[in-house]
Amino acid sequence: MGFEVLLKGNNMIRLLTGLAVSLKISFISVAISIVLGVILGILMAFKNPVITVITRVYLEIVRIMPQMVLLFIVYFGTTKALGINLEAETAAVIVFSFWGTAEMADLVRGALLSIPVIQYESSISLGLNRFQTYRYVIVPQIIRRMIPLSINLITRMIKTTSLVMMIGIVEVLKVGQQIIEANRKASPTAAFGIFLVIFLLYFMACWPISMLSRYLEKKWEN
Amino acid sequence: MKKNNLKKILAATLTLALGAATLTGCGSASAKDSSAEQTSSEAPAAQEQSTDKVYRTLDEIKESGEINIGVFSDKNPFGYVDENGEYQGYDVYFANKLGEDLGVKINFVSTEAASRVEYLETGKVDIVLANFTVTEERAEKVDFALPYMNVALGVVSPKANVIKDLSEIKPDDQVIVISGTTAETYLEKNYPDIKLQKFDTYATAKTSFENGTGVAWANDNTEVIAYAIENEGYEVGIPSLGSQDTIAPAVSKGNTTLLDWINGEIETLGKENFFHADYEATLIDTYGKDYEETLVVEGGKVADAAEASSDASSASSEDAGAAASDAEASTEASSAQ
Repeated sequence: MGFEVLLKGNNMIRLLTGLAVSLKISFISVAISIVLGVILGILMAFKNPVITVITRVYLEIVRIMPQMVLLFIVYFGTTKALGINLEAETAAVIVFSFWGTAEMADLVRGALLSIPVIQYESSISLGLNRFQTYRYVIVPQIIRRMIPLSINLITRMIKTTSLVMMIGIVEVLKVGQQIIEANRKASPTAAFGIFLVIFLLYFMACWPISMLSRYLEKKWEN
Repeated sequence: MKKNNLKKILAATLTLALGAATLTGCGSASAKDSSAEQTSSEAPAAQEQSTDKVYRTLDEIKESGEINIGVFSDKNPFGYVDENGEYQGYDVYFANKLGEDLGVKINFVSTEAASRVEYLETGKVDIVLANFTVTEERAEKVDFALPYMNVALGVVSPKANVIKDLSEIKPDDQVIVISGTTAETYLEKNYPDIKLQKFDTYATAKTSFENGTGVAWANDNTEVIAYAIENEGYEVGIPSLGSQDTIAPAVSKGNTTLLDWINGEIETLGKENFFHADYEATLIDTYGKDYEETLVVEGGKVADAAEASSDASSASSEDAGAAASDAEASTEASSAQ
């Protein structure tokens, strides 16, 4: 099965270090994406035509462009065109935040627009001011609607970090490939065991996040 | 409503137009083809850039005490990482020697096949030692030093029906290739009558071959030799076919100080048969003693090796021609410093 390969030398530690690299990049990017995405999403909900056009263009770029192309542009392109020499991890965080912010903003915008106008009108007629309307009526509903979608986005971001191997960052999947190749002769069937372990590692990273989302959804249901 | 629709259409077209513009713009920034490269170098800003050197000279590297070398980290036995996290392999063995003789610390960078040229073009590594085959196309963008290994195509077939020459392939037989490899282009160009079965990945090609869907499998000879040694019942009937390519270290375009130093180093190391020692330390487990002379290039002198392999490829005169022109190309490339 290939599990014995993991016990050789530092292989297991190397895999875990790789996982730490993946998680570090994804968590920094997720944090940046949430902050910027919420701000941008609110701006988008204002329906200002200029903002709408700009954000639409931004969103379409993110949707059309494969993340790998973005990584190449940011890592190699900036050096070629502008002479800026970015660290690979910085480039990765920029690309993933660029992507995450766009998707997050779209989620916030969608959630905001999904609240019927009548709720704003009812709040005003109940005597709540603008801040109170948002604080007690709108935002709690938005958060609840956004949680499942954001969790989906976050886990997708964690999984997509495997692309950063293209710009020389050795993350968990790359370590896995290195181990498989290094043992190509000694244990030719190692691939199955290693990929199974990597699957479990990704699962262990993403599962708590889904659990948290389920907990929050339940908690805020009432 | 009508006004709203109009707005939507306008927004959509604008988005598409701008999206396309940015796409093409970005395309040229990351493009790997030479045409885009040329257009970008026409721009005055880019031209200024190209005079600014991206690379570090030999003295700058020595001063910093560190050298960045791009290697494969998952291509056993050329460049891989062992269970202790140390880089190993034929390329790495040579890299370590370079670092030792320069007296600097080596910082290995894990590269992928697709990004090797980019790493040099941006100066993010000083040398690429990642099984880098010398081609004319690549030589336009990076500078290759003297070669240290040979690579050609090879054909493996089951022992029961060994194919020693491509003319033995019957009209109904199929040959397995992996899409995008030199084997595919070579066979399509020179043997259009041979039916090819194409696969996207190594794993699918291997499975099909083992299931007997093709009479033979054409790939880089290093790959097929390793395959035949690792798997019982298969034999490399044609160990060296078509254009004889070489593998060489590469540096950023124009980095002559470093290039000259590497060339000098390769010539000096040739006197002590360094690359044979390298082969015996790293490749012998995979390829055995038989292929040492076929694969190793000592002291940057590719001619000897080409002679050795020409016996095998002289089966068709076309092959010999291709090999000769390629040898020329590679000497051109290495003398173009």
